[in-house]
Amino acid sequence: MSHRHIDVSYVAKLARLELTDEEVAVFQPQLEAILGHAESLSKLDISGIDSTAHATPVFGRMRDDIPGQSLTPEAMLQNAPDQSQGQIRVPKVVTDA
Amino acid sequence: MTITTLRRQLLAGETTPAAILEKLSGEIAARDGSTGAYLSRDLEAALAEAAQADLSLPLGGIPIAIKDNINVLGQPCTCGSKFLENFISPYDATVIRKLRAAGAIPFGRMNQDEFAMGSSTENSALQVTRNPHDPERIPGGSSGGSAAAVADLTAVAALGSDTGGSIRQPASHCGVVGLKPSYGRVSRYGLVAFASSLDQIGPLTRSVEDAALILQAIAGLDPLDSTSLDAPVPDYLTGLNDGVKGLKLGVPKEYFGDGIDPGVRRNVEAAIQKLAAQGAEIVEISLPHTEHAVATYYVIAPAEASSNLSRFDGIRYGHRAANPSDILDLYQKSREEGFGPEVKRRIILGTYVLSSGYYDAYYASAQKVRTLIRRDFEDAFKQVDAIVSPVSPAPARKIGSLAGDPLQEYLSDIFTIAANLAGIPGISIPCGTTDFDGGKNLPTGLQILAPHLAEAKMLRIARAAEQLAFD
Repeated sequence: MSHRHIDVSYVAKLARLELTDEEVAVFQPQLEAILGHAESLSKLDISGIDSTAHATPVFGRMRDDIPGQSLTPEAMLQNAPDQSQGQIRVPKVVTDA
Repeated sequence: MTITTLRRQLLAGETTPAAILEKLSGEIAARDGSTGAYLSRDLEAALAEAAQADLSLPLGGIPIAIKDNINVLGQPCTCGSKFLENFISPYDATVIRKLRAAGAIPFGRMNQDEFAMGSSTENSALQVTRNPHDPERIPGGSSGGSAAAVADLTAVAALGSDTGGSIRQPASHCGVVGLKPSYGRVSRYGLVAFASSLDQIGPLTRSVEDAALILQAIAGLDPLDSTSLDAPVPDYLTGLNDGVKGLKLGVPKEYFGDGIDPGVRRNVEAAIQKLAAQGAEIVEISLPHTEHAVATYYVIAPAEASSNLSRFDGIRYGHRAANPSDILDLYQKSREEGFGPEVKRRIILGTYVLSSGYYDAYYASAQKVRTLIRRDFEDAFKQVDAIVSPVSPAPARKIGSLAGDPLQEYLSDIFTIAANLAGIPGISIPCGTTDFDGGKNLPTGLQILAPHLAEAKMLRIARAAEQLAFD
């Protein structure tokens, strides 16, 4: 494992986090230490072992298809940072041709 | 002031739900300014519910404090984060609906580590919570506000959430009872998700019987949580006082190594001796993959967190950065401004272990080691009815003493995280006190772990241990 090459700035961009240079400097050694500890996992023989995603998986259960009450538009909008005409307003996401 | 006692007084007409709330408000005003367990509370709304309380119900008229990551309609739900500082819940979590159906009154929003990430409540972006036993010390976490209030007598009982020990460890540090149910026993609908395959809601109380009463109210299948289990909910009070005679209790040798504080060891070993004197058979067992539990957890939990927390984008709710240049800038700046350092660390860690080229080495490996850890418990429970151990390697440390060293903080979760990885239930009960690092008479906890869905047996053992005299 090449954890020593974790590029904190790059991974932060993937995670849509805009870190300051100070944060990168603090996080880099901390995350390297944590990933260094996680290297113990690669020393175990795990060939042929199944994965556990959930300790008690439940598959394919559907609830009854009964119409119920959903949140009202007012409830959905009450926490919106910006809104207009019953809609959530965001910056322009398409550029002019 | 347990639920059981208050219920008796309510039914005898010696008090009223409103009087209980008014008294609590007085206690909060007197002490919570220094403890800092409450983020907010709405006495008016609680009194309105108190006026309608049906005392014939099992929790009729009892106020219960709620960790600030569980949604209660019309109340704040900050998750201890600046991102959600102004959020008001548009709906009730299933546990809140069930508590109300049992007659309880949700009252008060409890401080926590931001998005439940931490073991000290120091990661709350909103305020400091202090341990009522020593104000220089952490209450534990992440459900630190819930534990501190129950210990400080400013709450009768509380709900918390436990992803890697976040109910049991603060309960241990504050000298109260904390129960993490089996995965799927309690609905997670309305709990703000941290790591969905590990999170469970559970009670923090002043007695084992109170924990049983709350679990009774909140357990069960929920159509709104596809991971909740369709298994009958037994009566947790039946057989609670049956004692430990004839039960086999496993003591995992890996949980009593060199890293454990001598006072914690002494108290837990004394409790085990006393359970043996009550007729329990003590069996030394091995959980051989214990040393890999922290690494496994701190790959899986951040991976799930990085996915779950992608919903906090500044669009529909929560913090939005001012004057973004475009939509990407809005996402990045809102998240940068809204999240604290521990949340950012875990999002980056989780994103990294899920990224192309590292997925197999970290995330896929951790899922396989999780199987080995689960099997450790399955093998152990072929030999014993339950497992007894410390909750935390040491009592509560001083606030700020591990600043800047997240790995050391993670390593202290060693005894609690395996239960979440395996999906089994665990409970922490007070187990005497000890002096530690300049602090006097700090609480220590005894952890009891039981097979999946064996909460009734676990509570019975906890009840027996609770009645032992410590110190």
